[in-house]
Amino acid sequence: MRRPRLGYRPPLPLVAAAVIVALSAALPLVYLVIRAAEAGGPAVWQLVSRPRTLQLLCNTLLLALAVSSSATVIAVPTAWLLVRTDLPWKPFWSVATVVPLTIPSLVGGYAFVAALGSGGIVHQWLSRWGIGFSGVYGAWGAWLVLTLLSYPYVLLPVRSTLQSLDPAVEEAAMSLGRSPAGVFWHVTLPALRPAIASGALLVSLYTLSDFAAVSLLQFDSFTRAIYVQYQASFNRSHAAVLGLVLVALTTLLLGVDSRLRGNKRLDRTGPGGKRKAALVKLGKWRWLAVIALGLLVLAAVGLPVGVSAAWLVRGLAHGERVVVDLGIAANSFLVSLGAAALTAIAALPVALLAARYPSRLSRIIERASYIGYALPGIVVALSLVFFGARAGGLLYQTIAMLLFAYLVLFLPQAVGAISANLALASPNLENVARSLGYTPWRVFWRVTLPLITPGVISAGALVFLTAMKELPATLLLSPIGFRTLTTSLWGAVSEAFYARAAAPALLLVGISSLSLFILLRNEGMRR
Amino acid sequence: MARVELQEVSKSFGPGAAAVDRVSLSLYDGEILALLGPSGCGKTTTLRLIAGFEWPDHGRILIDGRVVAGDGHWVSPERRGVGMVFQDYPLFPHRTVRQNVAFGLHRLSKKEAARRVDELLEQVGLTPYADRYPHQLSGGQQQRVAIAQALAPRPSVILLDEPFSNLDAALRQELRLQVRELLKANRTSAILVSHDQKEAFTLADRIAVMRQGRIEQIGMAYELYSRPRTRFVAEFLGHTAVLEGVFQEEKKGVLTDLGVVPCAGALAASGEHVTVSLRPDSLVVDPHGPFRGAVESVVHEGDRVELAVRLPCGAGSITLRTYAPPDLVVRPGDTLAFAIVPDRVAVIS
Repeated sequence: MRRPRLGYRPPLPLVAAAVIVALSAALPLVYLVIRAAEAGGPAVWQLVSRPRTLQLLCNTLLLALAVSSSATVIAVPTAWLLVRTDLPWKPFWSVATVVPLTIPSLVGGYAFVAALGSGGIVHQWLSRWGIGFSGVYGAWGAWLVLTLLSYPYVLLPVRSTLQSLDPAVEEAAMSLGRSPAGVFWHVTLPALRPAIASGALLVSLYTLSDFAAVSLLQFDSFTRAIYVQYQASFNRSHAAVLGLVLVALTTLLLGVDSRLRGNKRLDRTGPGGKRKAALVKLGKWRWLAVIALGLLVLAAVGLPVGVSAAWLVRGLAHGERVVVDLGIAANSFLVSLGAAALTAIAALPVALLAARYPSRLSRIIERASYIGYALPGIVVALSLVFFGARAGGLLYQTIAMLLFAYLVLFLPQAVGAISANLALASPNLENVARSLGYTPWRVFWRVTLPLITPGVISAGALVFLTAMKELPATLLLSPIGFRTLTTSLWGAVSEAFYARAAAPALLLVGISSLSLFILLRNEGMRR
Repeated sequence: MARVELQEVSKSFGPGAAAVDRVSLSLYDGEILALLGPSGCGKTTTLRLIAGFEWPDHGRILIDGRVVAGDGHWVSPERRGVGMVFQDYPLFPHRTVRQNVAFGLHRLSKKEAARRVDELLEQVGLTPYADRYPHQLSGGQQQRVAIAQALAPRPSVILLDEPFSNLDAALRQELRLQVRELLKANRTSAILVSHDQKEAFTLADRIAVMRQGRIEQIGMAYELYSRPRTRFVAEFLGHTAVLEGVFQEEKKGVLTDLGVVPCAGALAASGEHVTVSLRPDSLVVDPHGPFRGAVESVVHEGDRVELAVRLPCGAGSITLRTYAPPDLVVRPGDTLAFAIVPDRVAVIS
């Protein structure tokens, strides 16, 4: 059956609002292109083909490759242990292995530096015994931190595919004389390939867009280079070109991802008559599995939280100012609240138009609103700095500009949350109201809005929590003297005041856990 | 005057075949009309065009003599005075049954609205459930609430889009009769969309059979059943065996591979190639009948026996179905003689 829809033309105010939102979402990217184009083709080519750019490209791609490979190596056996074996305390491990998602990379990077960096815990111990140590930075650090924080992006899809896999195929292979290892290699693993690929792509995207961890660990990737370029030189075209190359990379990954998703049905088995696979008895290996998972969770979650807590305690013992400044917390809170309200309201016409009036225009608008997914925060920030400095003299260095950046970055999640809710509400309810004599405007207030209020609220909550954690845009666009939790944490770590960073770090982990909770609930709603 | 009139209405979604192709029909006062056809035949789109949820590409739609779409006119759904009941009977989840039924009564005073709601709840037998929420009701009850909601503002026309397809079979038949009574009691004209011929036959006064966006035939149930104008209509409305042949005036029948099939009334010219449709009731068991066949299966249905009989037909054979009185003693493999009732044979030219 055809999807029910509203066949009449959408009201003009709705279209106008959605178009404005879509144009806003497209503004940073478009402006960046304009800036790069101003420099002229040959100049752009010269910048792109510079050895420095190529080296950055190599660095970034190698890091993305390394992180996604290691994340896969961790995630696939973990998923297998969780689904197919008699692992002890399974419910605990199921949750604990996903918890790294709640550690912002800023906190992960901080914890690593505060433990192993110059002036960190290890450095202090070693120097007590007179051993010279300059701290662990660079590629190894970035690789380790990003792997530990992002492997759940592979674990989640692989785990759910394993759960939905029909064991009959594997049993058939076994009855044909394959060994268990052979079955895993030749039957199970190929079935998991789409899930692994889509998870690994997400990890690569995460790595490409990450600014906080690579910067704190001083690894020369695109995001850090853009920031350094922006701070140090007046050649802004170079930063713009770097930004565009980065966007090209993320867009490429998203393109591959959406093609993979198109084939998603292939890895699903039909319902009905499906049994659960018999659990593999781990025997004496079970304790080895428990130790391995324990180490993983300890490294990914225990260390960041533990290091932060240790520095907090140290700071308290030394009488340092470790409590979060109320003014800073209030700044974070208010600006995130503003972002939440603005983004949820802006997402509403886009989601409504896309869900209820499908047409070429509404599809274009919806896609435009998703541009933020492909734009790393640093790129949006950079473009808006350029834009503000030239075009919007009044807006430059104002909260409004910061809120606008949040809007562009977080619009996709808000549209997603509201769309999920809209998909649950039958458009026929709105049709019924129309045929009972209600005008479109009254239908919106009396029927649509009450129905999607939960979606709008959860969109706002998600944006609020994500904005609290945002670093690069906040760093570049905050008015002078306006500090938030993330920028003060960033500042403290940059100056090696690790104790001062501990409280904001722990606070951010807490906020992040809340947002994960909301996200998972939304996922549940969509099913 | 026709309540609803469609004049040469067309609608297509993108390139390719039109979803609705030059459809013309009229719905008269107090009448129940069914749009019957397989899925994708354009019946639901026709309904949505009448309700105002789609724009026609061509043609005109009139409601109570007023042009609501076409000729540059457009009346939005809320001003058409047309009630609509959907397949998924959407109800407002945060409103009680009473509030749901009252939703379309916002132009009445509170007192009048309450009286109307009470009256309707009484009619659909849901008075005891007035203060419950939709999720506390069964599917059949929810559908009755949706119908009461649509009837509440006394629309001149009510449109029902496969209203019973989400209910189980026993409930469906009971609800069909209830709804027919309800519509007749309210003197409401209605258009029903259905893919189930039994539903259309039970509920409707007239039936329009649709196929690929066009109306194949429109008429009373018996007319469509016994005098189908196309092979599609014949096959869609119950079991039939279809044979090709040549009409022969002098034999008052159609010469087919089966022999001469007699038919009443000269509907075709002599020598014309025609199709005949044989329904189970076109055949009677008759020891002196001219047709002989081997019984393939016998199903006792209590009040009658259903037989499948294989008859030689040209180079091969054909299986026909028929009914016999319950006292007929027959076993598979037996040979039986038949006659064909000329009045019950449909000739399609």
